[in-house]
Amino acid sequence: MKRRDFIQQASLGTALISLGGIGLSSCTSNVKAKKITILHTNDVHSHIDPFGPKDGRNANKGGVARRASLIESIRKENPNTLLLDAGDIFQGTPYFNYYGGELEFKIMSMLKYDAATIGNHDFDNGIDGLYAQLPHAKFNFLSANYDFSNTVINTHVKPYKVFNIDTIKIGVFGLGIELEGLVDPRLYKETKYLDPVEITQDITRALKNDEQCDLIICLSHLGYSYKSESNKISDLRLAEATKDIDLIIGGHTHTFLPKPTITKNIEGKNTLVNQVGCYGINLGKIDFYFDSNHNKKADGTSIIV
Amino acid sequence: MNLKPFILVILPIFLLNCIDQNNHLYKIEGHQISITDSLDSQNEIDAFVKPYRNHITKDLDSVLAYAMNNYSKSNGELNTAIGNFMADALYEQVNPIFKLRTGNDIDMVLLNHGGIRSIISKGNITTRTAFELMPFENSVVVVALKGSQIEKLTSYLCENKTAHPISKLKLIVDKNFKAISSTIKGVKIESNKIYYVATNDYLYNGGNKMTFFKPNEGIYDLDYKIRNVLVDYFKKVDTIDPVIDDRFIQIKQ
Repeated sequence: MKRRDFIQQASLGTALISLGGIGLSSCTSNVKAKKITILHTNDVHSHIDPFGPKDGRNANKGGVARRASLIESIRKENPNTLLLDAGDIFQGTPYFNYYGGELEFKIMSMLKYDAATIGNHDFDNGIDGLYAQLPHAKFNFLSANYDFSNTVINTHVKPYKVFNIDTIKIGVFGLGIELEGLVDPRLYKETKYLDPVEITQDITRALKNDEQCDLIICLSHLGYSYKSESNKISDLRLAEATKDIDLIIGGHTHTFLPKPTITKNIEGKNTLVNQVGCYGINLGKIDFYFDSNHNKKADGTSIIV
Repeated sequence: MNLKPFILVILPIFLLNCIDQNNHLYKIEGHQISITDSLDSQNEIDAFVKPYRNHITKDLDSVLAYAMNNYSKSNGELNTAIGNFMADALYEQVNPIFKLRTGNDIDMVLLNHGGIRSIISKGNITTRTAFELMPFENSVVVVALKGSQIEKLTSYLCENKTAHPISKLKLIVDKNFKAISSTIKGVKIESNKIYYVATNDYLYNGGNKMTFFKPNEGIYDLDYKIRNVLVDYFKKVDTIDPVIDDRFIQIKQ
């Protein structure tokens, strides 16, 4: 055998073994459980500093530097983590009045947020004010039911994004609240509000069937629920009226839930709805555990909240 | 030694075998973690925020005026000291500008009770006070309304039974909240006269269900933020000492 041939053959042999190795190890790891961690905030409203010790309601709570260290330690434990925000990033402290949202976006980028949806207060400096701050945001803005096609931010907001983490496909889409009567029309300009239920039906179909997502998450600024206006669309009503959503991360109503709500979707399957109050006082953490089909349990998914 | 075809055959089998295995969700665990002082602060973030914080603090904590008492929007039935202060300050600050631009005087001011976002505490008033009172970016507009629309405005106030801040308008209602008397600058309202009403852009656009600003006889956007009106007024005066008065009252007998 010529030396050149030998090297070729030997390297092919190595290639075979290592391919086999890759094949086997990736198959085995499918049998092993995978964990996806979803971290979330909502209605932070420009609260960058912690509340002071004399605050009547939230003394010594919140603060973005503390949130940063918490998120860092969770990411260290599980790198397969997504960090999401359900809107109303803007308005509430002078940081917004002085700097127009620049700090909020820069800090969220430093914390490595993956995506956010748009809340009504994110229009407070007009759609032009939001557009002006977009260069500071290194994360995705997702909104499926605001039609921005006649506005400056048109190409900067996507209806959904699919994150592929450790072979798990996670579809995240955004929903916003009706702006008429809530926000000055001169601020949102030609932003069109589309029906959240109809849009969700389309988006979840696309995420489930076309994108083959393993997990579907809705980032919603619709509000948790409205007792006095029972017909008004809310996270709980959205969950009931749709299918295939695993988790709705809510905002707008500043709802402090003792624990995530487990509710039934239109097919009678479990959907999780969560919201963590406001002002960066809490961080939501939902862990999703996966294994391969071969390990499928007869009783489906257990939910521990 | 013909390994090559073997590899090519076996490789797709390995890959297929892996792709076939779907990810199955078998467990979900939900938690909420409180952000408290027991967590360490990340230095990188602190260092980034510091120069911004220093600038804002220095600017906000400069003393502009002095408050003789504590003033709260929950203190008072149909008019409050803090609301009267805001509406009167707005008139005083904005009327000279409006007069210069249009030759007309503002006839009355209307704001909304919900728009008073905090108390004014006794002691030093700073720029921060103005931010707390008015965190939103709303600005002053003057709307030209016919007397007939002003009547809708006063009916709204009677039905709403709330101490929405007003200035130069005087309203007396009976025990059933029916208007007994309504005057502007001491004169009875005439249905065909044009009145210039100063308010904010939020209310002009129907906020708080104030639908009486349309139709109107003209709108003047003064490009003057309510918060800056307050800051400028605080800079002008040494002390404030507003009171609850008789601008909107109920006669109960």
